[in-house]
Amino acid sequence: MNFAMSSSPHIRCGDTTRRIMLDVLIALVPTLVAGTIVFGPRCLVVAAVSTAAAVVGEALWRLLTGQYQTIGDLSAAVTGLLLALTLPATVPYWMAAVGAVFAVVVVKGFFGGLGQNIFNPALAARALLVLLFPASVTRFAAPGTSIPLSGTVDVATAATPLHSMVMPALPEASLADMFLGNIGGCIGEVSSLALLIGGAYLVFRQVIKLRIPVSYLGTVAVLSFAFAPLEPLQWMLYSLLSGGVLLGALFMASDYATSPATPGGQVLYGMGCGVLTVVFRSVGLYPEGVTYAILLMNAASWLLEHFTPTRLFGAPQRKGGLR
Amino acid sequence: MRKQTFWGGVHPAGRKELSSGAPLEPCPPPGEVAIPLLQHIGKPCTPLVKVGDHVDMGQKLGDGEGLCVPVHASVSGTVKAIEPWSHPGGRPCPAVIIENDFQNTYCSAVPPCEDTDALDADGLIQRIREAGLVGMGGATFPTDIKASIGKVETLIANACECEPYITADDALLCTDADRAIRGVRLLRQLLRPARTVIAIEDNKEKAVSILTDKLKNQSDVELVVLPTRYPQGAEKQLIQAITGHQVPSGGLPKDVGCAVFNIATCASVCRAVVDGEPILRRIVTVTGHGIQAPKNLIVPIGTSFAHAIQAAGGLTGEVWKLIAGGPMMGRTQADLTTPVTKGTNAIVALTAADNGEDPHPTCIRCGKCVAVCPMGLQPLYLYRFSRCQDREMLRHYSILDCIECGCCAYTCPGKLPIVAAIREGKPLVKEGKR
Repeated sequence: MNFAMSSSPHIRCGDTTRRIMLDVLIALVPTLVAGTIVFGPRCLVVAAVSTAAAVVGEALWRLLTGQYQTIGDLSAAVTGLLLALTLPATVPYWMAAVGAVFAVVVVKGFFGGLGQNIFNPALAARALLVLLFPASVTRFAAPGTSIPLSGTVDVATAATPLHSMVMPALPEASLADMFLGNIGGCIGEVSSLALLIGGAYLVFRQVIKLRIPVSYLGTVAVLSFAFAPLEPLQWMLYSLLSGGVLLGALFMASDYATSPATPGGQVLYGMGCGVLTVVFRSVGLYPEGVTYAILLMNAASWLLEHFTPTRLFGAPQRKGGLR
Repeated sequence: MRKQTFWGGVHPAGRKELSSGAPLEPCPPPGEVAIPLLQHIGKPCTPLVKVGDHVDMGQKLGDGEGLCVPVHASVSGTVKAIEPWSHPGGRPCPAVIIENDFQNTYCSAVPPCEDTDALDADGLIQRIREAGLVGMGGATFPTDIKASIGKVETLIANACECEPYITADDALLCTDADRAIRGVRLLRQLLRPARTVIAIEDNKEKAVSILTDKLKNQSDVELVVLPTRYPQGAEKQLIQAITGHQVPSGGLPKDVGCAVFNIATCASVCRAVVDGEPILRRIVTVTGHGIQAPKNLIVPIGTSFAHAIQAAGGLTGEVWKLIAGGPMMGRTQADLTTPVTKGTNAIVALTAADNGEDPHPTCIRCGKCVAVCPMGLQPLYLYRFSRCQDREMLRHYSILDCIECGCCAYTCPGKLPIVAAIREGKPLVKEGKR
């Protein structure tokens, strides 16, 4: 009889990459459902197109470069769905598809695939689309608008709460509308409730730890309270419930590949995301900061990790961060 | 009170119920034994017998100078050969092959002792050495050297047995706790500790109740029951759990005033000193879903895995991996000729259903390996820099502090062979130091 020979350990826990990605997909379902309730069935088609484009794009990329297939790990599907959730329901389908392929091929594949990418693929793709097609991805239909499933989408656009906050003024929408999702915006940013349900599921399943979301949201809360132009408490709550900061904190910033692996690094990273989000929102031209805040902090992950080495057993003081 | 715990760790399925139910049985005597001349960490023994010699059970077969303890004949019979033989450590090693005459003529190299209190330190150490004692938890460090470090603050008898599947120490405590406790007291006599602890995990309820009962009317030996978590029984982790001290990086337990002995080693100390019996047999858990009737067996040293497995009903169909030791730190065996040595606490046969490996391991940087590492390392980087042989970065990430417990690889959702990579990386850094 031939026995397999290899190094220990010989048993592995049941956790797999595929299971983790499946959990992320499950956690995004409430948000997709909420977006569909607010903006209609076109959201589902955008999500389907984006997800399919990401999966097919990855399959073709791996095939053409002679690498084994990875679509089974579901990470491409997660990227596709996440991208769809950062886009408005009115986005042309082909645009979502272009973004999804860019995400999995350029942002992820070029860097060596899953776990090797520096930038969050979905967010980098969104950044690209904002750069190329600002008119299509930064104009939003009002909640409840009937958006046609096919043909040129030409509906009345509405200001999002963040647009008001650039003024600066408190948005017209009530906090309850903000929480439930009865506002204009991207598919996945409108319903804070749905995002929190998904986030709670990820924490319960131990897919994410609370360090990054809590330090991110905490920093946004403290800064928006401290530097509020008016009504600090309301301003803080509106800041937390608008502009995709919850989607970013729970689903984007917590992305494994692009955030630090050390506990201390994760806290600093979350805080950095928070600071940049608040700065970009108050200074920038676009009424959003989350995308660029997280992308910039992605680039700083390695540095943060090196400034926050883990404490070594038996060594009271560990030799410094960067070599 | 300080929480008795250590950093990181994992909770693999124990699977101890496979073997813990069956009674402890003697393995039928084998027709032939292969006694490796290296059954300890250190230098191999020089053989003291030659082919054709008749040997008695208990007779010394080999000995040597320096970091070396003798090996003994576990059966009586004729030396058939002295030749390289498969070894649970992986590399073939010279062994004395004895054909059993089943006469069991006994002649021990160590004298028995009635009045152990009268023995001085040298007398105890000498007996421990002559009996060939090594750490029986699997590390196989010579016990006499470990026991001659002078006075310590804390003496810990390690009965944690945190590896999944293994129930050998559990079986020992359930059947022969008195001998184990007496061994602990003999080590106290040598090391004069202020505190003596028998540490055990709370999943061994029967052993805990037996020990509690036997230790109730005295105060010199303390029983500490720890919540089950792997790798509780790793030396540094156990010291941290019991005393709160961290053995310094690159240091030894004595640097924090501790000495740790496996509980089976303690029982062997008693057997050696009181009964004058060298290590001739040990309890081996033969288990796993690849074994017909998993059980704990008392196996003569040098018995082939094939014979021991036969005594446990044989293998069930296809076996995926055959492991000497537990599934977290044990070594895979190429075939069944491997002999049981002093450090073989288990023979585990896993089936294809236990195979959690992935043909395309991928790091997704989830950081779970960092969270479970009991040494505070960053295994994902040890893996990466081992694979690209970056000596500088491996040193920076303290690769030599890795105890190879396997928590990182066990927990990795990307199924990276992290420990395998680290084993390849360590020599790079060691060479660089020279």
